[in-house]
Amino acid sequence: MKYDKLEVVDLCVCVVNNKHANDQAQEKEILKGVNLEINSDEVHAIMGPNGSGKSTLAASIAGAPGYKVTSGDIILTVDGKTQSLVDLTADERARAGIFLAQQSPTAVDGITLSNFLRTAKTAIDGVAPNIRTWIKELYDTMELLKMDKSFASRPLNVGFSGGEKKRAEILQLEILRPKFAILDETDSGLDVDALKTVCDGINRAKTDAKFGALLITHYTHILDYIKPDFVHVFANGEIVQSGDSTLAKKLETSGYEQYTK
Amino acid sequence: MESALTDKQIISTLDEYKYDWKDEDVAGRSAKRGISEEVVRNISASKKEPKWMLELRLNGYELFCKAKDPDFGPFVDKTLEDFDYNNFKYYVPPLGEGISGSDSTSNWEDLPESIRSTYERLGIPDAEKKRLVAGVAAQYESEVVYKSIREDLAKLGVIFVDTETGMRDYEDLFREHFGSVVPGDDNKLASLNLAVWSGGSFVYIPKGVRVEIPLQAYFRMNTQNLGQFERTLIIADEGSDVHYIEGCTAPIYLENSLHSGVVEIVVKKNAKVRYSTIQNWSTNVFNLVTQRALVHEGAQMEWVDANIGSKVTCKYPTSVLVGAGARAETLSIALAGNSQMQDTGAKMIHLAKNTHSSIVSKSVSKNGGRTSYRGLIKISKGAAGSSSNVVCDALLVDNDSRTDTYPRNVVEEEDVLQGHEATVSKINDDQLFYLMSRGISEQEAMAMIVRGFIEPIAKELPMEYALELNRLIMLQMEGSVG
Repeated sequence: MKYDKLEVVDLCVCVVNNKHANDQAQEKEILKGVNLEINSDEVHAIMGPNGSGKSTLAASIAGAPGYKVTSGDIILTVDGKTQSLVDLTADERARAGIFLAQQSPTAVDGITLSNFLRTAKTAIDGVAPNIRTWIKELYDTMELLKMDKSFASRPLNVGFSGGEKKRAEILQLEILRPKFAILDETDSGLDVDALKTVCDGINRAKTDAKFGALLITHYTHILDYIKPDFVHVFANGEIVQSGDSTLAKKLETSGYEQYTK
Repeated sequence: MESALTDKQIISTLDEYKYDWKDEDVAGRSAKRGISEEVVRNISASKKEPKWMLELRLNGYELFCKAKDPDFGPFVDKTLEDFDYNNFKYYVPPLGEGISGSDSTSNWEDLPESIRSTYERLGIPDAEKKRLVAGVAAQYESEVVYKSIREDLAKLGVIFVDTETGMRDYEDLFREHFGSVVPGDDNKLASLNLAVWSGGSFVYIPKGVRVEIPLQAYFRMNTQNLGQFERTLIIADEGSDVHYIEGCTAPIYLENSLHSGVVEIVVKKNAKVRYSTIQNWSTNVFNLVTQRALVHEGAQMEWVDANIGSKVTCKYPTSVLVGAGARAETLSIALAGNSQMQDTGAKMIHLAKNTHSSIVSKSVSKNGGRTSYRGLIKISKGAAGSSSNVVCDALLVDNDSRTDTYPRNVVEEEDVLQGHEATVSKINDDQLFYLMSRGISEQEAMAMIVRGFIEPIAKELPMEYALELNRLIMLQMEGSVG
């Protein structure tokens, strides 16, 4: 089997603050040379304190506005085809196989969750899903995620609770079957039962799509449900230590303080 | 229920302005430009009108000559600088001189091939066949060329004819109401319409008759520099119910055309009228329209007004609540793209006790387009216990576009409730990124956001019109990215 691969090479990223259109844009360097290699079917956990740049890494890979790559590269290999993502727009990256589950996804009024998902599925697959199997797949997946069917016809994330938004993100992950999934603090704000439901969804999607996963988290709890192959400690915009799942256990007792001095 | 048309299908229908085909311009070529008393007399003679109508027309012409241009919006900010009343052709009978709407057919086969194919391309006969409409009136240039009404409705006494036929065959009813809602001296363009009106619909719904599916009028301008001045009169007798829809298209020419219709609606006691407009004129049409309803005791008036096309639109459907307990609602959508100006809104005049009105306006500006919400709420002395609520939301797609809000409130009564909310928002980067991060292109994502923004109003339209509106929005969003 040919493995797909997502590589982050010496990546430096600035955050561009465009709040004052007339002023010189403020730039602040957040990522200072990140290296990472994720193969399909691998789980990489990135752990680290608040403000260390973990979410910036996630946003940079997905192509969010306001993040500028100043040097380095993000390289994606899918089905033997290798390309740099840096100059691609967010939608092109998504169609190439990248998926970002956001920490707090925005609400969009007037677009139903089902309509949104169907449009996204059509964009990514290049063909519209068969209408009959589509509805069944959507509802079955929602049921597994313990989402009420009514969410399908509600406007996207409008009035959703934190937990409901997380479920909706994982619903998208399961339906869109990416090549690489970046899960940005998907565990935050979830109670134990909800965490299990959401992690079951991630595991189902991973079993099905065999994607490589980048799991960003503060806490080790999620790693009880989703076994990481690699654990990286992130501090001050770079990876400061890497290891296997035993590193997470160590962090549980020792904390991040040793890395931030 | 999600819309039956997927976004993919909407995209696949993307095209240039879809209605930009031109038919052979035989009738229009020979018509002269400009307005004069002679032109007014010729229109009247050509229609073989009774003398009283000629007198009304001449009065309208006199009022037009004396009147000043309106003193607001596009009339004062130079948008209408290149607007010249003498640049238009005031009367173009499409089937030849002396053939008016009274001679219009109810058989598509009777129409010349070029005109018939126009309506076929617009899908009108098809909608009629599928019984999506209860009656059709099709106006081409200055005259109605086709009209039909479902037999069962005709048997109940429902009248749906061109205005000329209304004047000739239902003279008493016609004279009683013609000009009673929009008088000749209302504004300069209404005076002009009175002088040179041609075509439009005459609708009468008898007491207690409910017309379940809409009546549709379709307006098409083909001739360059045409002025289209249709005049529509709708009378909904006590306890009746009707939905009337008008749609408008024109080809794109280098030179401008003028559409200046007048719509008068009388909603009698406990009756209900809904009037929907999908205005999609090409972007060289000045669309300066006067539409007004008199709403009697316990009656209800609803305007659904979607303005997508035209170069400049000035249009403020007005409801005059003259009877106690009368209600009116206006839902307004305006989309302004490059070089377009949509100056739209609504007026509510409360003249009786316990009358209620609501205005919801949503506008979208992009590529340098301009939208303005212009509204008037007047609650007169004596209209105690009345309420009015206005919500206007504007969405700016980019930094080049502009939106303004001009609400005016005149309240002469104390015991009233009045609300006004206005918001202006820009397409949000987070929303755009979120949709794009799921593989949806920027253009499609923007169109989805815009559609979502106007969805509360779009869902009030019949399905096929809502889909058409969606398609038009997608079309409008084309080229707005970059």
